[in-house]
Amino acid sequence: MCGIVGLFLKDKALEPKLGAMLSEMLVSLSDRGPDSAGIAIYGATSGNEAKITIQSPKPERDFRGLDAELAKALGAPVSIAVKSTHAVVRTTPDKVDAAREALQSLRPDIRIMGAGEAVEIYKEVGLPEAVVERFDVRKMTGTHGIGHTRMATESAVTTMGAHPFSTGADQCLVHNGSLSNHNNVRRELVREGMKFETENDTEVAAAYLSSQMAHGKNLGEALEGTLSDLDGFFTFVVGTKNGFGVVRDPIACKPAVMAETDQYVAFGSEYRALTKLPGIDNAKVWEPEPATVYFWEH
Amino acid sequence: MPATSKAMRDSHARVFDLDVLSLRELNQALHNLAPGSNETAWEVLNPKGSHSVAVGVDQPVSIDVRGSVGYYCGGMNSGSTITVHGSAGPGVGENMMSGSIVIKGDASQYAGATGKGGLLVIEGNASSRCGISMKGIDIVVHGNIGHMSAFMAQSGNLVVLGDAGDALGDSIYEARLFVRGKVDSLGADCIAKELRPEHLELLQGLLDRAGVTGVKPSEFKRYGSARTLYNFNIDNADAY
Repeated sequence: MCGIVGLFLKDKALEPKLGAMLSEMLVSLSDRGPDSAGIAIYGATSGNEAKITIQSPKPERDFRGLDAELAKALGAPVSIAVKSTHAVVRTTPDKVDAAREALQSLRPDIRIMGAGEAVEIYKEVGLPEAVVERFDVRKMTGTHGIGHTRMATESAVTTMGAHPFSTGADQCLVHNGSLSNHNNVRRELVREGMKFETENDTEVAAAYLSSQMAHGKNLGEALEGTLSDLDGFFTFVVGTKNGFGVVRDPIACKPAVMAETDQYVAFGSEYRALTKLPGIDNAKVWEPEPATVYFWEH
Repeated sequence: MPATSKAMRDSHARVFDLDVLSLRELNQALHNLAPGSNETAWEVLNPKGSHSVAVGVDQPVSIDVRGSVGYYCGGMNSGSTITVHGSAGPGVGENMMSGSIVIKGDASQYAGATGKGGLLVIEGNASSRCGISMKGIDIVVHGNIGHMSAFMAQSGNLVVLGDAGDALGDSIYEARLFVRGKVDSLGADCIAKELRPEHLELLQGLLDRAGVTGVKPSEFKRYGSARTLYNFNIDNADAY
Protein backbone atom coordinates (compact mmCIF):
# COMPACT_ATOMS: atom_id res chain seq x y z
CA MET A 1 0.00 0.00 0.00
CA CYS A 2 2.48 2.71 1.21
CA GLY A 3 1.79 6.34 1.99
CA ILE A 4 3.57 9.26 0.41
CA VAL A 5 3.58 12.99 1.11
CA GLY A 6 5.21 16.07 -0.32
CA LEU A 7 5.22 19.73 0.58
CA PHE A 8 6.60 22.58 -1.54
CA LEU A 9 6.48 25.96 0.18
CA LYS A 10 5.83 29.16 -1.71
CA ASP A 11 5.60 31.33 1.43
CA LYS A 12 8.98 31.83 3.12
CA ALA A 13 7.21 32.47 6.42
CA LEU A 14 6.33 28.74 6.58
CA GLU A 15 9.92 27.55 6.07
CA PRO A 16 10.69 27.24 9.82
CA LYS A 17 7.68 24.91 10.08
CA LEU A 18 8.45 22.65 7.12
CA GLY A 19 9.70 19.76 9.26
CA ALA A 20 6.73 19.95 11.60
CA MET A 21 4.19 20.16 8.78
CA LEU A 22 5.72 17.33 6.78
CA SER A 23 5.99 15.17 9.92
CA GLU A 24 2.28 15.58 10.71
CA MET A 25 1.40 14.71 7.12
CA LEU A 26 3.47 11.53 7.22
CA VAL A 27 2.36 10.40 10.67
CA SER A 28 -1.30 10.72 9.61
CA LEU A 29 -0.68 8.02 6.98
CA SER A 30 1.02 5.54 9.36
CA ASP A 31 -1.56 2.82 8.75
CA ARG A 32 -0.72 2.82 5.04
CA GLY A 33 2.73 1.40 5.81
CA PRO A 34 4.15 0.31 9.17
CA ASP A 35 7.46 -1.18 7.97
CA SER A 36 9.73 1.81 7.59
CA ALA A 37 9.59 5.52 7.01
CA GLY A 38 11.76 8.22 5.58
CA ILE A 39 11.88 11.90 4.86
CA ALA A 40 13.97 14.18 2.64
CA ILE A 41 14.16 17.86 3.49
CA TYR A 42 15.63 20.58 1.32
CA GLY A 43 17.18 23.29 3.48
CA ALA A 44 18.81 26.60 2.71
CA THR A 45 21.83 26.52 0.41
CA SER A 46 24.88 28.75 0.82
CA GLY A 47 26.55 27.83 -2.47
CA ASN A 48 29.91 27.03 -0.83
CA GLU A 49 28.92 23.96 1.15
CA ALA A 50 27.82 20.44 0.24
CA LYS A 51 26.05 17.99 2.50
CA ILE A 52 26.31 14.21 2.51
CA THR A 53 23.82 12.29 4.64
CA ILE A 54 25.37 9.04 5.89
CA GLN A 55 24.01 6.15 7.94
CA SER A 56 25.73 3.56 10.07
CA PRO A 57 24.48 0.39 11.80
CA LYS A 58 27.00 1.25 14.59
CA PRO A 59 26.96 5.06 14.78
CA GLU A 60 28.94 5.32 18.02
CA ARG A 61 31.85 3.41 16.50
CA ASP A 62 31.68 4.87 12.98
CA PHE A 63 31.01 8.55 13.62
CA ARG A 64 33.58 9.06 16.40
CA GLY A 65 36.59 10.98 15.10
CA LEU A 66 35.31 10.77 11.54
CA ASP A 67 35.38 14.56 10.98
CA ALA A 68 39.12 14.85 11.66
CA GLU A 69 39.99 11.72 9.66
CA LEU A 70 37.87 12.83 6.70
CA ALA A 71 39.25 16.39 6.79
CA LYS A 72 42.76 14.97 6.69
CA ALA A 73 41.92 12.65 3.79
CA LEU A 74 40.28 15.43 1.79
CA GLY A 75 42.58 18.28 2.73
CA ALA A 76 39.47 20.38 3.27
CA PRO A 77 37.35 21.43 6.24
CA VAL A 78 34.71 18.90 7.34
CA SER A 79 32.00 19.10 9.99
CA ILE A 80 29.70 16.30 11.08
CA ALA A 81 26.32 16.63 12.78
CA VAL A 82 25.17 13.30 14.22
CA LYS A 83 21.47 12.46 14.51
CA SER A 84 20.94 8.94 15.87
CA THR A 85 21.97 6.43 13.16
CA HIS A 86 22.47 9.20 10.60
CA ALA A 87 24.93 12.05 10.29
CA VAL A 88 25.24 15.01 7.95
CA VAL A 89 28.76 15.59 6.69
CA ARG A 90 29.48 19.13 5.47
CA THR A 91 32.42 19.97 3.24
CA THR A 92 33.20 22.07 0.18
CA PRO A 93 31.19 21.25 -2.98
CA ASP A 94 34.26 20.21 -5.00
CA LYS A 95 35.09 17.49 -2.46
CA VAL A 96 31.82 15.48 -2.63
CA ASP A 97 33.10 12.68 -4.88
CA ALA A 98 36.37 12.43 -2.98
CA ALA A 99 34.43 12.36 0.30
CA ARG A 100 32.25 9.47 -0.93
CA GLU A 101 35.36 7.44 -1.72
CA ALA A 102 37.13 8.39 1.49
CA LEU A 103 34.06 7.51 3.57
CA GLN A 104 33.88 4.04 2.06
CA SER A 105 37.53 3.34 2.85
CA LEU A 106 37.58 5.00 6.30
CA ARG A 107 34.29 3.43 7.43
CA PRO A 108 33.28 0.47 5.21
CA ASP A 109 29.93 -0.05 7.01
CA ILE A 110 28.68 3.47 6.33
CA ARG A 111 25.93 3.85 3.73
CA ILE A 112 25.38 7.09 1.85
CA MET A 113 21.73 8.16 1.92
CA GLY A 114 22.16 11.12 -0.41
CA ALA A 115 24.22 14.18 -1.16
CA GLY A 116 23.81 17.68 -2.50
CA GLU A 117 23.77 21.31 -1.51
CA ALA A 118 20.29 21.30 -0.01
CA VAL A 119 19.00 17.81 0.75
CA GLU A 120 19.18 15.81 3.96
CA ILE A 121 17.65 12.31 4.00
CA TYR A 122 16.63 10.32 7.06
CA LYS A 123 15.08 6.87 6.86
CA GLU A 124 14.81 3.89 9.15
CA VAL A 125 12.77 0.79 9.88
CA GLY A 126 9.79 1.61 12.13
CA LEU A 127 6.64 3.67 12.24
CA PRO A 128 6.66 7.27 10.95
CA GLU A 129 6.27 8.68 14.48
CA ALA A 130 9.34 6.78 15.69
CA VAL A 131 11.40 7.85 12.68
CA VAL A 132 10.30 11.50 12.97
CA GLU A 133 11.18 11.47 16.69
CA ARG A 134 14.50 9.70 16.23
CA PHE A 135 15.75 12.33 13.76
CA ASP A 136 14.00 15.31 15.32
CA VAL A 137 12.41 16.06 11.94
CA ARG A 138 9.80 18.39 13.44
CA LYS A 139 12.48 20.99 14.19
CA MET A 140 13.87 21.00 10.65
CA THR A 141 13.47 24.02 8.40
CA GLY A 142 13.49 24.09 4.64
CA THR A 143 11.87 25.02 1.36
CA HIS A 144 10.38 21.65 0.37
CA GLY A 145 10.41 18.01 1.34
CA ILE A 146 9.00 14.56 0.62
CA GLY A 147 8.21 11.60 2.85
CA HIS A 148 7.23 7.94 2.67
CA THR A 149 5.83 5.27 4.94
CA ARG A 150 6.41 1.80 3.56
CA MET A 151 4.48 -1.44 3.26
CA ALA A 152 7.14 -3.51 1.55
CA THR A 153 6.40 -5.53 -1.58
CA GLU A 154 9.47 -5.64 -3.83
CA SER A 155 12.42 -5.97 -1.46
CA ALA A 156 13.38 -6.55 2.17
CA VAL A 157 12.39 -4.34 5.11
CA THR A 158 15.74 -2.68 5.78
CA THR A 159 17.02 0.85 6.23
CA MET A 160 18.36 0.85 2.68
CA GLY A 161 15.06 -0.47 1.32
CA ALA A 162 13.19 2.45 2.83
CA HIS A 163 12.32 5.53 0.79
CA PRO A 164 13.26 8.23 -0.24
CA PHE A 165 15.83 6.97 -2.72
CA SER A 166 18.49 9.38 -3.87
CA THR A 167 20.63 8.63 -6.91
CA GLY A 168 21.86 12.08 -7.91
CA ALA A 169 22.90 15.33 -6.28
CA ASP A 170 19.90 16.85 -4.49
CA GLN A 171 17.54 14.41 -6.24
CA CYS A 172 15.24 12.02 -4.47
CA LEU A 173 12.07 10.09 -5.04
CA VAL A 174 9.28 8.35 -3.10
CA HIS A 175 7.00 5.79 -4.71
CA ASN A 176 3.67 4.12 -4.08
CA GLY A 177 3.25 1.08 -6.29
CA SER A 178 5.48 -1.56 -7.81
CA LEU A 179 7.45 -1.68 -11.05
CA SER A 180 7.54 -4.81 -13.19
CA ASN A 181 10.41 -3.99 -15.57
CA HIS A 182 12.88 -2.71 -12.99
CA ASN A 183 15.44 -5.48 -13.57
CA ASN A 184 15.70 -4.61 -17.27
CA VAL A 185 15.90 -0.88 -16.62
CA ARG A 186 18.50 -1.46 -13.89
CA ARG A 187 20.69 -3.44 -16.30
CA GLU A 188 20.53 -0.62 -18.85
CA LEU A 189 21.38 1.98 -16.23
CA VAL A 190 24.27 -0.11 -14.87
CA ARG A 191 25.65 -0.24 -18.41
CA GLU A 192 25.51 3.57 -18.39
CA GLY A 193 27.58 3.59 -15.22
CA MET A 194 24.88 4.13 -12.58
CA LYS A 195 25.51 2.45 -9.22
CA PHE A 196 22.80 0.71 -7.18
CA GLU A 197 22.69 0.02 -3.46
CA THR A 198 19.66 -2.34 -3.38
CA GLU A 199 17.45 -4.71 -5.38
CA ASN A 200 14.57 -2.30 -4.89
CA ASP A 201 12.32 -1.24 -7.81
CA THR A 202 12.01 2.34 -6.58
CA GLU A 203 15.77 2.87 -6.60
CA VAL A 204 15.60 2.07 -10.32
CA ALA A 205 12.98 4.77 -10.87
CA ALA A 206 15.15 7.28 -8.98
CA ALA A 207 18.22 6.30 -11.01
CA TYR A 208 16.21 6.50 -14.23
CA LEU A 209 15.27 10.11 -13.44
CA SER A 210 18.85 10.96 -12.44
CA SER A 211 20.09 9.51 -15.72
CA GLN A 212 17.51 11.45 -17.75
CA MET A 213 18.41 14.71 -15.99
CA ALA A 214 22.14 14.00 -16.43
CA HIS A 215 21.37 13.89 -20.16
CA GLY A 216 20.04 17.42 -19.98
CA LYS A 217 16.33 16.92 -19.40
CA ASN A 218 14.53 19.04 -16.83
CA LEU A 219 12.46 17.42 -14.08
CA GLY A 220 9.23 17.64 -16.09
CA GLU A 221 10.77 16.03 -19.17
CA ALA A 222 12.39 13.30 -17.08
CA LEU A 223 9.06 12.51 -15.40
CA GLU A 224 7.40 12.38 -18.82
CA GLY A 225 9.84 9.61 -19.76
CA THR A 226 8.69 7.37 -16.90
CA LEU A 227 5.33 6.98 -18.65
CA SER A 228 6.86 5.16 -21.61
CA ASP A 229 9.98 3.59 -20.06
CA LEU A 230 8.73 2.26 -16.71
CA ASP A 231 6.14 -0.50 -16.56
CA GLY A 232 3.99 -1.10 -13.48
CA PHE A 233 2.00 0.80 -10.91
CA PHE A 234 3.32 4.09 -9.66
CA THR A 235 2.60 7.37 -8.10
CA PHE A 236 5.95 9.18 -7.83
CA VAL A 237 6.73 12.30 -5.84
CA VAL A 238 10.14 13.72 -6.65
CA GLY A 239 12.34 16.45 -5.18
CA THR A 240 15.22 18.34 -6.76
CA LYS A 241 17.30 21.22 -5.38
CA ASN A 242 14.66 23.76 -6.33
CA GLY A 243 11.81 21.64 -7.69
CA PHE A 244 9.02 19.27 -6.76
CA GLY A 245 7.20 16.95 -9.17
CA VAL A 246 4.38 14.38 -9.27
CA VAL A 247 3.42 11.78 -11.85
CA ARG A 248 1.00 8.82 -11.86
CA ASP A 249 0.98 5.88 -14.26
CA PRO A 250 -1.81 5.79 -16.89
CA ILE A 251 -3.95 3.33 -14.88
CA ALA A 252 -3.59 5.49 -11.76
CA CYS A 253 -4.92 3.03 -9.20
CA LYS A 254 -2.48 4.29 -6.55
CA PRO A 255 -4.25 7.13 -4.77
CA ALA A 256 -3.12 10.74 -4.89
CA VAL A 257 -4.58 14.05 -3.82
CA MET A 258 -3.06 17.51 -4.05
CA ALA A 259 -3.77 20.89 -2.52
CA GLU A 260 -2.52 24.30 -3.54
CA THR A 261 -2.80 27.72 -1.88
CA ASP A 262 -0.77 30.93 -2.17
CA GLN A 263 1.46 29.47 0.57
CA TYR A 264 2.22 25.91 -0.61
CA VAL A 265 1.66 22.95 -2.91
CA ALA A 266 1.01 19.75 -0.98
CA PHE A 267 0.70 16.09 -1.96
CA GLY A 268 -0.77 13.19 0.02
CA SER A 269 -1.76 9.61 -0.75
CA GLU A 270 -5.00 10.55 0.98
CA TYR A 271 -6.81 13.73 1.96
CA ARG A 272 -6.20 12.77 5.62
CA ALA A 273 -2.57 13.87 5.16
CA LEU A 274 -3.63 17.39 4.22
CA THR A 275 -6.24 18.19 6.86
CA LYS A 276 -3.89 20.01 9.26
CA LEU A 277 -2.30 22.30 6.67
CA PRO A 278 -3.05 26.00 7.08
CA GLY A 279 -5.94 27.25 4.95
CA ILE A 280 -6.80 23.75 3.69
CA ASP A 281 -10.54 24.48 3.79
CA ASN A 282 -10.08 27.12 1.10
CA ALA A 283 -7.29 25.39 -0.83
CA LYS A 284 -7.68 24.15 -4.38
CA VAL A 285 -7.85 20.38 -3.83
CA TRP A 286 -7.68 17.94 -6.74
CA GLU A 287 -6.57 14.51 -7.83
CA PRO A 288 -3.63 14.56 -10.22
CA GLU A 289 -4.69 13.16 -13.60
CA PRO A 290 -3.24 9.85 -14.79
CA ALA A 291 -0.20 10.02 -17.11
CA THR A 292 0.14 13.74 -16.48
CA VAL A 293 3.29 15.41 -15.17
CA TYR A 294 3.02 18.12 -12.54
CA PHE A 295 6.03 20.07 -11.35
CA TRP A 296 6.87 23.28 -9.55
CA GLU A 297 10.20 25.08 -9.26
CA HIS A 298 11.41 27.88 -7.04
CA MET B 1 -35.98 12.22 32.20
CA PRO B 2 -39.06 14.47 31.73
CA ALA B 3 -41.02 13.77 28.57
CA THR B 4 -40.65 17.31 27.25
CA SER B 5 -36.89 17.17 27.47
CA LYS B 6 -36.77 13.85 25.62
CA ALA B 7 -39.02 15.20 22.89
CA MET B 8 -36.76 18.21 22.51
CA ARG B 9 -33.71 16.03 22.22
CA ASP B 10 -35.34 13.85 19.60
CA SER B 11 -36.26 16.86 17.52
CA HIS B 12 -32.59 17.69 17.04
CA ALA B 13 -29.92 15.88 15.10
CA ARG B 14 -27.66 13.59 17.08
CA VAL B 15 -24.20 15.09 16.67
CA PHE B 16 -21.01 13.02 16.52
CA ASP B 17 -17.78 15.00 16.61
CA LEU B 18 -15.00 12.74 15.32
CA ASP B 19 -12.44 14.99 17.02
CA VAL B 20 -13.94 13.75 20.31
CA LEU B 21 -15.48 10.35 19.60
CA SER B 22 -14.05 7.49 17.59
CA LEU B 23 -15.24 6.36 14.22
CA ARG B 24 -16.06 2.97 15.77
CA GLU B 25 -18.41 4.67 18.24
CA LEU B 26 -20.19 6.49 15.41
CA ASN B 27 -20.64 3.41 13.26
CA GLN B 28 -21.66 1.26 16.25
CA ALA B 29 -24.31 3.83 17.25
CA LEU B 30 -25.64 3.81 13.70
CA HIS B 31 -25.71 0.02 13.62
CA ASN B 32 -27.50 -0.07 16.99
CA LEU B 33 -30.49 1.81 15.52
CA ALA B 34 -33.64 -0.26 15.84
CA PRO B 35 -36.38 -0.17 13.19
CA GLY B 36 -38.66 2.79 13.85
CA SER B 37 -36.14 4.68 15.97
CA ASN B 38 -36.87 8.34 16.51
CA GLU B 39 -33.20 9.22 16.06
CA THR B 40 -33.62 9.94 12.39
CA ALA B 41 -31.23 12.88 11.98
CA TRP B 42 -27.48 12.55 12.47
CA GLU B 43 -24.65 14.96 12.00
CA VAL B 44 -20.97 14.04 11.79
CA LEU B 45 -18.38 16.75 12.47
CA ASN B 46 -14.64 16.81 11.69
CA PRO B 47 -14.44 13.69 9.50
CA LYS B 48 -11.04 14.94 8.21
CA GLY B 49 -10.65 12.23 5.63
CA SER B 50 -11.63 9.34 7.96
CA HIS B 51 -12.24 6.00 6.31
CA SER B 52 -15.54 4.08 6.39
CA VAL B 53 -17.73 6.89 7.75
CA ALA B 54 -21.33 5.62 8.07
CA VAL B 55 -20.78 2.24 6.43
CA GLY B 56 -23.41 -0.47 6.70
CA VAL B 57 -26.27 1.74 7.88
CA ASP B 58 -29.53 -0.18 7.51
CA GLN B 59 -32.17 2.24 8.83
CA PRO B 60 -33.86 5.12 6.94
CA VAL B 61 -32.08 7.92 8.81
CA SER B 62 -30.44 11.02 7.37
CA ILE B 63 -26.74 11.66 8.04
CA ASP B 64 -25.03 14.97 7.29
CA VAL B 65 -21.24 14.75 7.21
CA ARG B 66 -19.63 18.18 7.59
CA GLY B 67 -16.31 17.93 5.78
CA SER B 68 -14.40 15.55 3.52
CA VAL B 69 -14.22 11.79 4.02
CA GLY B 70 -11.70 9.09 3.06
CA TYR B 71 -12.23 5.59 1.70
CA TYR B 72 -15.60 3.79 1.52
CA CYS B 73 -17.98 6.37 2.98
CA GLY B 74 -21.54 5.01 3.01
CA GLY B 75 -20.45 1.57 1.83
CA MET B 76 -23.23 -1.06 1.79
CA ASN B 77 -25.76 1.67 2.59
CA SER B 78 -29.24 0.25 2.95
CA GLY B 79 -31.94 2.91 3.07
CA SER B 80 -30.20 5.86 4.71
CA THR B 81 -29.73 9.31 3.19
CA ILE B 82 -26.12 10.45 3.51
CA THR B 83 -24.93 13.92 2.49
CA VAL B 84 -21.22 14.68 2.49
CA HIS B 85 -20.63 18.42 2.66
CA GLY B 86 -17.15 18.04 1.20
CA SER B 87 -15.34 15.55 -1.04
CA ALA B 88 -15.16 11.76 -0.80
CA GLY B 89 -12.20 9.40 -1.09
CA PRO B 90 -12.07 6.12 -3.03
CA GLY B 91 -15.03 3.74 -3.05
CA VAL B 92 -17.80 6.03 -1.85
CA GLY B 93 -21.10 4.13 -1.74
CA GLU B 94 -19.39 0.86 -2.60
CA ASN B 95 -21.97 -1.92 -2.82
CA MET B 96 -24.86 0.40 -1.87
CA MET B 97 -28.16 -1.52 -1.66
CA SER B 98 -30.69 1.34 -1.37
CA GLY B 99 -31.12 4.88 -0.05
CA SER B 100 -29.08 7.78 -1.33
CA ILE B 101 -25.68 9.39 -0.97
CA VAL B 102 -24.98 12.96 -2.11
CA ILE B 103 -21.40 14.25 -2.37
CA LYS B 104 -21.32 18.04 -2.52
CA GLY B 105 -17.68 18.07 -3.69
CA ASP B 106 -15.67 15.61 -5.80
CA ALA B 107 -15.39 11.84 -5.48
CA SER B 108 -12.23 9.79 -5.90
CA GLN B 109 -11.88 6.55 -7.81
CA TYR B 110 -14.46 3.73 -8.03
CA ALA B 111 -17.42 5.72 -6.72
CA GLY B 112 -20.49 3.49 -6.47
CA ALA B 113 -18.52 0.35 -7.30
CA THR B 114 -20.66 -2.81 -7.42
CA GLY B 115 -23.69 -0.84 -6.15
CA LYS B 116 -26.93 -2.85 -6.29
CA GLY B 117 -29.44 -0.05 -5.74
CA GLY B 118 -30.14 3.42 -4.46
CA LEU B 119 -28.93 6.76 -5.83
CA LEU B 120 -25.41 8.21 -5.68
CA VAL B 121 -25.13 11.88 -6.64
CA ILE B 122 -21.74 13.53 -7.07
CA GLU B 123 -22.14 17.28 -7.45
CA GLY B 124 -18.48 17.78 -8.46
CA ASN B 125 -16.33 15.46 -10.57
CA ALA B 126 -15.79 11.73 -10.14
CA SER B 127 -12.43 10.14 -10.77
CA SER B 128 -11.52 6.92 -12.59
CA ARG B 129 -13.59 3.72 -12.52
CA CYS B 130 -16.82 5.43 -11.48
CA GLY B 131 -19.58 2.81 -11.38
CA ILE B 132 -17.20 -0.11 -11.95
CA SER B 133 -19.19 -3.37 -11.92
CA MET B 134 -22.40 -1.49 -11.01
CA LYS B 135 -25.29 -3.89 -10.47
CA GLY B 136 -28.41 -1.72 -10.35
CA ILE B 137 -27.35 1.51 -8.66
CA ASP B 138 -28.19 4.88 -10.23
CA ILE B 139 -25.26 7.33 -10.32
CA VAL B 140 -25.60 10.98 -11.35
CA VAL B 141 -22.40 13.03 -11.71
CA HIS B 142 -22.80 16.78 -12.24
CA GLY B 143 -19.21 17.16 -13.50
CA ASN B 144 -16.86 14.80 -15.35
CA ILE B 145 -15.85 11.18 -14.79
CA GLY B 146 -12.41 9.61 -15.23
CA HIS B 147 -11.13 6.69 -17.29
CA MET B 148 -12.44 3.10 -17.17
CA SER B 149 -15.78 4.17 -15.74
CA ALA B 150 -18.63 1.64 -15.80
CA PHE B 151 -16.10 -1.15 -16.44
CA MET B 152 -18.06 -4.44 -16.57
CA ALA B 153 -21.21 -2.57 -15.53
CA GLN B 154 -24.11 -5.00 -15.22
CA SER B 155 -27.23 -2.92 -14.63
CA GLY B 156 -28.39 0.47 -13.41
CA ASN B 157 -27.90 3.94 -14.84
CA LEU B 158 -24.85 6.20 -14.96
CA VAL B 159 -25.67 9.82 -15.86
CA VAL B 160 -22.81 12.25 -16.51
CA LEU B 161 -23.51 15.92 -17.13
CA GLY B 162 -19.90 16.61 -18.14
CA ASP B 163 -17.32 14.54 -20.00
CA ALA B 164 -16.15 10.93 -19.68
CA GLY B 165 -12.52 9.73 -19.82
CA ASP B 166 -11.01 6.89 -21.82
CA ALA B 167 -12.48 3.39 -22.17
CA LEU B 168 -15.99 4.19 -20.99
CA GLY B 169 -18.07 1.07 -20.41
CA ASP B 170 -15.34 -1.44 -21.22
CA SER B 171 -16.79 -5.00 -21.27
CA ILE B 172 -20.19 -3.65 -20.24
CA TYR B 173 -23.14 -5.99 -19.74
CA GLU B 174 -26.49 -4.17 -19.54
CA ALA B 175 -26.13 -0.87 -17.66
CA ARG B 176 -27.25 2.34 -19.39
CA LEU B 177 -24.72 5.14 -19.68
CA PHE B 178 -25.84 8.70 -20.47
CA VAL B 179 -23.15 11.32 -21.14
CA ARG B 180 -23.89 14.96 -21.97
CA GLY B 181 -20.33 16.03 -22.88
CA LYS B 182 -17.60 14.34 -24.86
CA VAL B 183 -16.36 10.79 -24.34
CA ASP B 184 -12.59 10.38 -24.79
CA SER B 185 -13.04 6.81 -25.98
CA LEU B 186 -15.38 3.85 -25.60
CA GLY B 187 -14.13 0.57 -24.14
CA ALA B 188 -14.47 -2.88 -25.71
CA ASP B 189 -18.06 -3.77 -26.67
CA CYS B 190 -19.48 -0.37 -25.61
CA ILE B 191 -21.32 1.53 -28.35
CA ALA B 192 -23.43 4.66 -28.80
CA LYS B 193 -27.14 3.84 -28.87
CA GLU B 194 -30.35 5.55 -29.90
CA LEU B 195 -31.98 7.79 -27.28
CA ARG B 196 -35.62 6.65 -27.44
CA PRO B 197 -38.64 8.22 -25.69
CA GLU B 198 -38.46 5.73 -22.80
CA HIS B 199 -34.85 6.78 -22.20
CA LEU B 200 -35.78 10.48 -22.20
CA GLU B 201 -38.42 9.71 -19.60
CA LEU B 202 -35.99 7.64 -17.51
CA LEU B 203 -33.35 10.39 -17.71
CA GLN B 204 -35.81 13.10 -16.67
CA GLY B 205 -36.70 11.04 -13.63
CA LEU B 206 -33.05 10.56 -12.69
CA LEU B 207 -32.25 14.26 -13.16
CA ASP B 208 -35.25 15.20 -11.00
CA ARG B 209 -34.21 12.77 -8.23
CA ALA B 210 -30.65 14.16 -8.34
CA GLY B 211 -31.85 17.76 -8.06
CA VAL B 212 -30.53 18.73 -11.49
CA THR B 213 -32.32 21.67 -13.11
CA GLY B 214 -31.85 23.47 -16.42
CA VAL B 215 -30.61 20.37 -18.21
CA LYS B 216 -32.73 18.57 -20.82
CA PRO B 217 -32.62 14.80 -21.32
CA SER B 218 -32.25 15.37 -25.06
CA GLU B 219 -28.79 16.89 -24.45
CA PHE B 220 -27.37 13.45 -23.57
CA LYS B 221 -26.08 10.59 -25.67
CA ARG B 222 -26.75 7.01 -24.63
CA TYR B 223 -24.11 4.28 -24.58
CA GLY B 224 -24.48 0.61 -23.81
CA SER B 225 -23.46 -2.93 -24.64
CA ALA B 226 -23.05 -4.18 -28.23
CA ARG B 227 -23.53 -7.64 -26.67
CA THR B 228 -20.80 -9.20 -28.79
CA LEU B 229 -18.88 -10.50 -25.76
CA TYR B 230 -21.81 -12.44 -24.32
CA ASN B 231 -20.82 -15.67 -26.02
CA PHE B 232 -17.45 -17.02 -26.94
CA ASN B 233 -16.69 -16.65 -30.63
CA ILE B 234 -14.95 -19.77 -31.84
CA ASP B 235 -13.02 -17.71 -34.42
CA ASN B 236 -11.11 -16.17 -31.52
CA ALA B 237 -9.95 -19.52 -30.12
CA ASP B 238 -6.41 -18.93 -31.40
CA ALA B 239 -6.10 -15.94 -29.10
CA TYR B 240 -6.17 -18.15 -26.02
